Amino acid sequence: MTGELQHTASHPKSYQPRMPLLWWLKNGAYTKFMLRELTCVFVAFFAFVYLWELRAVAQGADAYARFLARLETPLFLTLNVVALLFVLFHAITWINLTPTVAVVRIGGTRVPDGMIVGSNYLAWAVISGVIFWFFARG
Amino acid sequence: MSERLTPFLWLLFSAGGTVAAFLFPAHLVLTGLAVPLGWVDAPAYESLRTFIQHPTGRLYFFVFISLPLFHWAHRFRYTLKDALQLHSTAIVGVLCYGTALVGTLITAYTLWNM
Repeated sequence: MTGELQHTASHPKSYQPRMPLLWWLKNGAYTKFMLRELTCVFVAFFAFVYLWELRAVAQGADAYARFLARLETPLFLTLNVVALLFVLFHAITWINLTPTVAVVRIGGTRVPDGMIVGSNYLAWAVISGVIFWFFARG
Repeated sequence: MSERLTPFLWLLFSAGGTVAAFLFPAHLVLTGLAVPLGWVDAPAYESLRTFIQHPTGRLYFFVFISLPLFHWAHRFRYTLKDALQLHSTAIVGVLCYGTALVGTLITAYTLWNM
């Protein structure tokens, strides 16, 4: 996790067997792990869609209209549906991990995992609502 | 990759992952589906431009694009390391974080000149 290992007397070069390239297809849990890791590709894709939109708005009304027209093509509709599924997978796994990452104590008592997860889902719903309200007004 | 940079890269990964989890699904439904399929009207050009020119809008777009790119860079780097078992990841690291950095610079430049 911290880059290259230093091979010293106290830390000799370890035996690193090579696994088959598709090792993560052997087991459902491995495949799920790899799919979760690959959600980042669709996160980057959508960040670039917004950079594209930003460039279009900077260039003018015509460029913005062309951007909107391009998103109506079957290619981009398909990409966006797939991206939505992966981004939802990312959001759900991310929120479900919050009690593991952040242990909250109030008055010496640990806040139950369900409450941390629940409040995150609530926050997600509220934020999504605000986005719909703000950006769907036209 | 420098050892001193690692905690900072994990912080960017975390921040970007949170932005992507909480903001991306709603925007994907809107921009990716609802607008192209005509369920709702696209934001009018002038109002969107006015929003982006406002400091809040600039900050929103910057955070929305930059942090998730660094989230991708960090996670994709380790995905390639795990999946392809690349033990020397220096080039992969430079390509991943470099892409995120270039995307961030273009975003900053565009927002600055709006």
